[in-house]
Amino acid sequence: MSRIASPPDLLRASGTEAADADSAPIGGRGPVARTGADVQWSRWIAPIAGVVLILLVPAILPIFYVTLLGYVGMATLVALGLVLLTGVSGQTSFGQASFVGLAAYATTILTSFCNAPPIAGLAAGLVLTGGVAWLLGLVTARLSGHFLALVSVAWGISFFALFGTIPQLHGFNGIGNIPPLRLGPFSAASLRVNLGVIWAAVAIVMAMSANLLDSRLGRAIRTLNNARLMGASVGIDTVRLSRTVFVIAALYAAIAGFLFAHFQRFVSPTPFSLGASIDYLFMVIIGGAGSLWGAPVGAALVVVLRDQFNDWIPRITGQAGNFESLVFALVVIVLLQRAPDGLLALLARLKRRPARRAETGADVPLEIPAAAAVAPGQELLALDAICRNFGGLAANRDVSFSVHAAEIVALIGPNGAGKTTLFNVISGMLPADSGRIRLFGAVAKRISPRRVAALGLARTFQHVKLLADRSVLENVALGAHLSGRAGLLRSMLRLDRAEEARLLSEARAQVIRAGLGDMLRVPAGDLPLGQQRVVEIARALCLRPRLLLLDEPAAGLRLAEKQRLAALLRQLRAEGMGVLLVEHDMDFVMQLADRVVVMDFGQKIAEGPPERVQSDPAVMEAYLGGVA
Amino acid sequence: MTAALLQLEGVRAGYGHVEVLHGVSLAVPEGQIVAIVGPNGAGKTTLMCAVMGLLACNAGAVEYRGAPAGSTEAMVAAGAILVPEHRALFADMSVEDNLLLGFYPRRRAGERDARPAMQDVFAIFPRLAERRRQFAATLSGGERQMLALGRALMGRPRLLLLDEPSLGLAPMLVREIFRVLVELRARGLSILLVEQNVRAALQISDYGYVLEMGEVAAEGPSAELAQNPRVLETYLGQRRAHAGQ
Amino acid sequence: MDWFVFLALLQDGITTGAIYLLLAIGLLIVFSVTRVIFVPQGDLLAFGTLTVAALQSGRLPGTLWLLDGVSAVALVASLFQGRRAALRGMLTWGLYPAAVTAAAWLLAPRELPAVSILLALAIVTPMGPLIWRFAFRPIANASVLALLILSMALHFVLIGLGLVFFGPEEASAPPITDASFDLGSLNVSGQSLAVLACCGVLVLGLRWFFGATIHGKALRAAASDRLGARLVGIDAAATGALAFGLASFIAALAGVLIGAVTPLSYDAGFDIGLKGFVAAIMGGLVSYPMAAAGAVLVGVLESLSSFWASAYREVIVFTLLIPVLVWLSVRSGSPEDRA
Repeated sequence: MSRIASPPDLLRASGTEAADADSAPIGGRGPVARTGADVQWSRWIAPIAGVVLILLVPAILPIFYVTLLGYVGMATLVALGLVLLTGVSGQTSFGQASFVGLAAYATTILTSFCNAPPIAGLAAGLVLTGGVAWLLGLVTARLSGHFLALVSVAWGISFFALFGTIPQLHGFNGIGNIPPLRLGPFSAASLRVNLGVIWAAVAIVMAMSANLLDSRLGRAIRTLNNARLMGASVGIDTVRLSRTVFVIAALYAAIAGFLFAHFQRFVSPTPFSLGASIDYLFMVIIGGAGSLWGAPVGAALVVVLRDQFNDWIPRITGQAGNFESLVFALVVIVLLQRAPDGLLALLARLKRRPARRAETGADVPLEIPAAAAVAPGQELLALDAICRNFGGLAANRDVSFSVHAAEIVALIGPNGAGKTTLFNVISGMLPADSGRIRLFGAVAKRISPRRVAALGLARTFQHVKLLADRSVLENVALGAHLSGRAGLLRSMLRLDRAEEARLLSEARAQVIRAGLGDMLRVPAGDLPLGQQRVVEIARALCLRPRLLLLDEPAAGLRLAEKQRLAALLRQLRAEGMGVLLVEHDMDFVMQLADRVVVMDFGQKIAEGPPERVQSDPAVMEAYLGGVA
Repeated sequence: MTAALLQLEGVRAGYGHVEVLHGVSLAVPEGQIVAIVGPNGAGKTTLMCAVMGLLACNAGAVEYRGAPAGSTEAMVAAGAILVPEHRALFADMSVEDNLLLGFYPRRRAGERDARPAMQDVFAIFPRLAERRRQFAATLSGGERQMLALGRALMGRPRLLLLDEPSLGLAPMLVREIFRVLVELRARGLSILLVEQNVRAALQISDYGYVLEMGEVAAEGPSAELAQNPRVLETYLGQRRAHAGQ
Repeated sequence: MDWFVFLALLQDGITTGAIYLLLAIGLLIVFSVTRVIFVPQGDLLAFGTLTVAALQSGRLPGTLWLLDGVSAVALVASLFQGRRAALRGMLTWGLYPAAVTAAAWLLAPRELPAVSILLALAIVTPMGPLIWRFAFRPIANASVLALLILSMALHFVLIGLGLVFFGPEEASAPPITDASFDLGSLNVSGQSLAVLACCGVLVLGLRWFFGATIHGKALRAAASDRLGARLVGIDAAATGALAFGLASFIAALAGVLIGAVTPLSYDAGFDIGLKGFVAAIMGGLVSYPMAAAGAVLVGVLESLSSFWASAYREVIVFTLLIPVLVWLSVRSGSPEDRA
């Protein structure tokens, strides 16, 4: 029987529900990686081994393998970009090979025709690919994800046609005699040295990607996959961030293109076709889009296997032809159907790895920063005759009320009364058709979820929106997005550790205050629904809001949990926060709220202290219903 | 005691890791209206989905007409038809087309002529007849509910499952819809009704269940259940003489 | 530029535009019902051309054996699914391919154009439902992007098979008519008119199908509201198969039609399919009339640029996408609404 619940998310960097969340390799998955002070030494094994390998291997391998590994390395660079793009942020591109080609040609032109140093070629390649990627992202910014994929197809084909036709670029005859890499007096003409350079680049890019995924921006990127609305509600500029990830993937491809030109010393459009782009995607699917290690694994498999197929398939069938493509495509189809998370995830399921210690910011003192000082009684939110229609239905009609600091207002009413619509209007997700909203004293014109988050309004959702496979701590830390400032470069170079520790400690404090202290490292999706709602609240609190919008926070909670939640809300009220909550649990509401607003059929039908509202005949009529 | 048309025994169901129903047992006897009331998040819609095969049960059994309940298609073919909470109408198709599509299961069973069934539906909901060529998206809330119900009736159901039929409807319309339900019962239809409008639901139904947090908190003949203070508390909370606590 | 040359180019452009329109329609039908962006439709178009060409030269095309082979697998699979499915399976996947194979074997040597065309249609059309059954249905609930990647992979499978069956050479379909007549100084080719006529007939036929028949309505219902369709007993698998069947029929027909105007090789269909794509995107992947306008625009633009700047023809056509997308995105709301 098929299910109404969410379908298998093939392109989520999430693995299956069965996978052990702690068994994550570097980067893509698992709790915040890295160590506490006592295991620091093990952290250096991998990089040191890597450096040794990079120095030794090129020197000792036979030349055939040097070439092969070179191609594997360059493909890995492109695939790393795709892991970030497809695996983590949920977009896709069929034009990566064209970015490789653009950079390859850029450096070719500069070094061959203009005698510029290779470093200029690299710079040109990065600028060009970054520019094109940024443009493509801009053009599809407001459209659904598959439009970007389609436009990348168009870009790929255009590039191929263009670079095959421009006469100065010698078309498909290609350009040869490209000068080798050189830095000052050191020239890297030998393939072996190039191999070392390629894999050094791979190591650096991989480390930078891992750092990125491990940072505040990495958390934000993860919301792009399936939780954009939630991302916007904590202040993430999802449109710009998606575009940024697309550009990063293009830049990785550009590095590969640059290395390619100087490795092969020859360029032609042939290796930059749509087929090549799809090959890169295949690498990521085969290796696994959920983890950075999927890139080298997939790249190695595809490059090596293609090479082998090229050898023995013609021997078997007696004809040359597109057989490797056919076979590969069939393998990919089977994988997409059976093991969508790739081989690595398959292996991870078979082999349990020891849990990594999660960084929890435990070293930084527990302290919840106070929200901006607000005078009690100050008006936080004022709605004036808000109207919102859906087709023929008036979901909100002339709704007016206000919320002040240090007060808890409950919004109640039967199902379909328009409460969630009102929430969406207040939090900027839907524009009101008419009426005014005054937020923190200023009339809000065109509000968006991001703007209201920056102003100090945090909300939770009726249908919980969490990153199910990330830990509770990480989910809550999303709420602190706006209190961090580490940008792309700082995150990739791991210069953001102090800020990260601060953000994580704040998140940890909120989680503990919300009563989920022993669930810090548990994947959020594993918690029962009621506790997931509490995680959302902790995340909202990380925003240090002045006004908190809670959509059915008590639904699914057991009695003790409800009491704890009520205590938390009372504490927040005492600290000066304003709370507007939608609830159906009357016990919960009546003992907590200062004021109750009752809605029915989109209109406000009553407002006042709980006891008064409880005895209001109109309210009872609305709830228990009219006579049949 | 005759076997019930629909029988649930210890049903556990949910979404992914999250279990919403924690062992629900209920029965819908033939020719009766059974109401399920309860607050939001209690699991009422999950229950409907589990019955209709839209959701797999983790444990427990659902029996319809004496046999284990099958896939959605099988249930519809066997006469169990659901009108979901959000109606699931074909918004860009006409009223008439929506109704014709409701006839689809009978067509697969061999019947060709949909007209008698459509006349029947128009007789019950004259307003739909007036709007037969209009697109479903242009109908008002009440008319949409009528269309959803009419579409379900086109399939000649033996068991009608209704998820919050009064949702978003003005009291007069609610009265009309519920009057129709009573009429349908008189014709021999069995109805499983999930409702927020407790009073109306208990007024027309024969038996009721109160669902709270995925479990049956109370049940009984509707007339008795309506007097049960537990039901009132579920919705409005315990009365407080003084403010705060 | 010469007025007459312009008219001739326009005729060319409108003819190819009609083909792009057909492909765009096929894409939209499949996408609206199954959320699959059916990239291999272009490859099926090439299959159409090459199949009819093979039949016309008295040979049995490789696609016939492909049909037989995959049908056999489908037949075996259906035997495990209960009596009703088994009976239906024996008819569709047993009797039908057998009949087509027999007919081809008997009639191909006669090299009659009409027969070849019909046989080609009969051979290529079932590939749509088979592709749905074995490639897409197992992951029917996956994201649009995952389905798109699968589509791309499938394209390589079909291209690989195309090369095996037909070799790298180009081939032509027999024209429906060799007639041509002069309208003033413009030479109007009968085949162009035939293409337009077929396009018109097909569009009208589809409109009738979707508007007046219950199966067409069921297809629209499945595209309109998946839950609603399920709840009235519409079988998602069957509607998917129907949608794919329509698309592959359209592709085969387009291949037969355009193959008489331009010889095609096994990999030339993809390009044509992509332009049908561009047209569909111009309709935002939802609107048929906009896709129609887009198709004509693409066809004419391609024709004109092949005259003026033939080397950059592809680039121009695909770069056209950019302003279209800008316009589409300006029209739609903030992406956060959609999230």
